[in-house]
Amino acid sequence: MTSATSTPVRTRRNLPWPIAFYQTAVGKKWVMAVTGIILLGFVLVHMVGNLKMYLGETDLNKYGVALREIGGDLVPHTSILWAVRSLLILAFVLHIHAAATLTAMNRKARPVGYKGGRHYVAANYAARTMRMTGVIVLLYLLFHLMDLTWGNANPNFVHGEPYHNVVESFSRAPVAVVYIIANILLGIHIYHGAWSMFQSLGWNNPRINAARRWFATAFAALIVIGNVSMPIAVLAGVVS
Amino acid sequence: MRVHLKIWRQKNARTEGAFAEYDLDNVSHEMSFLEMLDVLNEQLISGGQEPVAFDSDCREGICGMCGVMINGEAHGPQRGTATCQLHMRKFSDGAHITVEPWRSRSFPVNKDLSVDRSALDRIIEAGGYITAPTGSAPEANLIPVPKEVSDAAFDAAACIGCGACVAACPNGAANLFTAAKIAHLNLLPQGQPERWSRVVRMVETMEDHFGSCTNYGECQAACPKEISIDYIAYMNRDFVKAQLKNRRLIAQRG
Ligand code: HEM
Ligand code: FES
Repeated sequence: MTSATSTPVRTRRNLPWPIAFYQTAVGKKWVMAVTGIILLGFVLVHMVGNLKMYLGETDLNKYGVALREIGGDLVPHTSILWAVRSLLILAFVLHIHAAATLTAMNRKARPVGYKGGRHYVAANYAARTMRMTGVIVLLYLLFHLMDLTWGNANPNFVHGEPYHNVVESFSRAPVAVVYIIANILLGIHIYHGAWSMFQSLGWNNPRINAARRWFATAFAALIVIGNVSMPIAVLAGVVS
Repeated sequence: MRVHLKIWRQKNARTEGAFAEYDLDNVSHEMSFLEMLDVLNEQLISGGQEPVAFDSDCREGICGMCGVMINGEAHGPQRGTATCQLHMRKFSDGAHITVEPWRSRSFPVNKDLSVDRSALDRIIEAGGYITAPTGSAPEANLIPVPKEVSDAAFDAAACIGCGACVAACPNGAANLFTAAKIAHLNLLPQGQPERWSRVVRMVETMEDHFGSCTNYGECQAACPKEISIDYIAYMNRDFVKAQLKNRRLIAQRG
């Protein structure tokens, strides 16, 4: 036999327990799922909050102030907001780090691809584009912060006036289109992610499997419809 | 019927391979895919050429030797069967058929379509066993097992280790194989003593050789035994639980 028995791709290191867990791919996927749930929660709350735009300028602006004052006089000003922001930043960092390292691991696992082509029978479009939709969502997130949080991508930005800033931003058609496309891609990411996370966490039961698909589809649809409606409403002049 | 074949030819793991094309006339639609390859090889041998190397043993879907990629699908276009159970009637007259070996970093090509799948054995060695006293076989009904549990364990034990899950996975992951091998022991009472160390050791060994799971579901579609990705979730759950269980067990040891 010309057997060239394979040698391990990976060499294991002995590290303290939580890090050792994260060193494994199953552990990384668990972390991706947990951070994914945190991000899903954020995306949902963020959308619901922003829908206040339809209630008018005062409501949305008051909401912005209220976010800073969560905890009232019990805690220092904006401290709860910053705690939540820190959690979100940590979730993003871990989610992206795990995604990047797992992708590298998978590339190594098949250095020579199928020369005669592949015919996929199960992997849907959303699942196969997770890395692309993820990276675009990240780029969009940075642009979104520059546009509506820091204001450096929004020439008419006024601090403390979210309603004015949103209307100014979405009145620029190309920017509105960016928001619409990015949110559709986020929806595609969620369509696979919100189904896949149950599998990664081991929250699987043949009796709830159909509900998982339903949940992920409904969640993705809700986010896309809610978020995309806002730039469209501004462009259509419903909100001004 | 006639078929036009495009088959991967490669001398050994250290040489580059390439596709070679062959035309085969007198193929009967009742032939199995492997019998069709046998006919090709007879033709090649009588023409003084090197026959195509491919693996097979049982030719009835139980040994797991015969897996190849047929038109970009592991074990070909038919669901729930191995290459040896695929018949030429699945193809139309004059069909173009591309045959390629499993592709994985850990499945080096022995020759042509034959690959070395011994990395899967490394996973079994890491925990695919139970501690059983030697001697005469114990009375089979001594340990009661609920019917549902024995059915689920049996479904997992149907895995023939062919490697189609790895071949079909866009990430080259062996999670379905490993999950099945873990589940058929972890579900049963006989598998309990090593349950938590088994899952950790088999998962870690798997990851030494293969890619990681992104829940595409290609493995489940390619599996000749139609093993469900539900077992992968079960493996993930036991792996996470083991992080705590193993620590508790160590603590008890003092
Ligand atoms: C608010 C934004 C995001 C949300 C709500 C989100 C949500 C999710 C969820 C729920 C999962 C499933 C986890 C699992 O299968 O265990 C996931 C997977 C993934 N995410 Fe995200 N994600 C977001 C942003 C990102 C970003 C910025 C990136 C990359 C730059 C990214 C890349 C990925 C990748 C590569 C996967 C893996 C797919 C897989 O293995 O099945 N995601 N995401
Ligand atoms: S030859 Fe045994 S499974 Fe196909």
